[in-house]
Amino acid sequence: MTGIVLAITADADSGFWQWVAYLWVTYWPMFLRGAGITLLIAITGTLIGSVIGLIIGVIRTIPVGANDSALKRGLLRVINVILSAYIEVFRGTPMMVQAMIIFYGAAFAGVFLNRILAGVLIVSINTGAYMAEIVRGGIISIDKGQFEAAHSIGMTHYKTMKKIILPQVIRNILPATGNEFVINIKDTSVLSVISVSELFFSTRSIAGAHFKFFEAFTITCVVYFILTFTVTRILKLIEKKLEGSDTYTIHGSHTLVETEFKVTEGHRE
Amino acid sequence: MTKNTVTQENVIEVCHLRKNFGKNEVLKDINFHVKKGEVVCIIGASGSGKSTLLRCINLLETATDGEIFYHGENILKKKMSGAAYRAKLGMVFQQFNLFNNLSVLDNCMVGQTSVLGRKKEDAESIALSYLELVGMKGYIDALPRQLSGGQKQRVAIARALSMEPEALLFDEPTSALDPEMVGEVLKVMKTLARSGLTMLVVTHEMAFARDVSDRVVFMDQGVIVEEDKPENIFFNPKEKRTQEFLRRMLDE
Ligand SMILES: Nc1ncnc2c1ncn2[C@@H]1O[C@H](COP(=O)(O)OP(=O)(O)O)[C@@H](O)[C@H]1O
Ligand SMILES: [Mg+2]
Repeated sequence: MTGIVLAITADADSGFWQWVAYLWVTYWPMFLRGAGITLLIAITGTLIGSVIGLIIGVIRTIPVGANDSALKRGLLRVINVILSAYIEVFRGTPMMVQAMIIFYGAAFAGVFLNRILAGVLIVSINTGAYMAEIVRGGIISIDKGQFEAAHSIGMTHYKTMKKIILPQVIRNILPATGNEFVINIKDTSVLSVISVSELFFSTRSIAGAHFKFFEAFTITCVVYFILTFTVTRILKLIEKKLEGSDTYTIHGSHTLVETEFKVTEGHRE
Repeated sequence: MTKNTVTQENVIEVCHLRKNFGKNEVLKDINFHVKKGEVVCIIGASGSGKSTLLRCINLLETATDGEIFYHGENILKKKMSGAAYRAKLGMVFQQFNLFNNLSVLDNCMVGQTSVLGRKKEDAESIALSYLELVGMKGYIDALPRQLSGGQKQRVAIARALSMEPEALLFDEPTSALDPEMVGEVLKVMKTLARSGLTMLVVTHEMAFARDVSDRVVFMDQGVIVEEDKPENIFFNPKEKRTQEFLRRMLDE
């Protein structure tokens, strides 16, 4: 394979496809490294953002009873105001601007952030703001009876959340989380403004070296699409798997062998 | 039918209980008790405050005024934590409320391990014994959504029993069931009643109230109108409102 591809060259007279082939053959490690960094930032950013969202979503749904102390109520109110401000600000401003402010703001304060780390930080905080709302919606949508049943066997709010509610919420918000992940794969491109060498930034360097923007970004477009398409398929598979099996085994029934019982969805009243 | 041995010791005692939802006075000066080993049925028209009374007793609702004693201890005075107290009272809901994310077995184990701190093996054998009692031992791996209403309710009863509570509260446990499944749940409840478990049952099953309970409480518009032995309530009710209610129920 290398024998053939190395033969490709391109000059001023070469056509579009010739240049595309040339750029790919010459720079594929750079494209792939860019794609790798894009994925790395998108994955870690989405994971950390989800954890931030879960924590904030749980805090924002702590019930306040009539007989809670004034201190607890006051404290929760203050925390809620801060968290709401965070969510509003980060959802209400472009991530590109957030990137500039965090990166150069840190530099202004004398902290020079590693660019990739800065990228992860920005994507995490930004995703956290969106996930917080998604998680809150997920918690609110869980049937009140689940909370009551947990409370009725003596679980505290924390145990109820951990053992009963959050497992259901996480499963329910998985599609939305996957969606955030796909958005993040695309939106890491804005991190090029702080020179994070992700896919977009790398492409611009390659294109600039030859002045072939259309050709280089055609390649990048395909790479982005392959990334998001693959990730979407994998997430669909995971969702399917998490839905669980529709069958269960009845143990020790009157028949001699264990019977496999097929129960289909929609069997609820 | 032989009745349970009822001791003189109050498990639950409710004094001058009031509950308002906004301006709506749902419970008006309720005085009431349940003795250890007693089976008490609460009957009454829909909207008369039966569920609210049960929910106030196990703190799912906060009483507006009044006192609730558990073995003589005032639980609204916060000596005992709400969670610790609730663990001692089981609750069976009209809508079952099984934990959707957990298997039948885990539904019956999660409270034991996380609230009572029982070891996994102990919790499992206790859960299995109660699942066997309700006839659901074969279904330990099933998820709630794979069960029929009657099966769900029997698992819910096993879940409550696995906590080995002092008393079990039932809020219309058969009202959400298809008619053919009512019997299987009532049968389990009868077994429990005979075993000496303290039970407080809100129900529209008049035959159950008549045959199984030690005492019947008739509620109407937020007050206890009449309470007495089942034979008196059903065959010789004193209050007019009780007579009317029973006539309507038995006509159906
Ligand atoms: N969470 C609530 N908020 C406002 N009103 C309520 C609430 N729960 C119950 N009620 C009202 O309290 C009254 C008694 O309800 P409930 O205790 O459910 O009656 P029952 O169980 O006897 O049918 C009804 O009028 C009902 O509308
Ligand atoms: Mg009710």
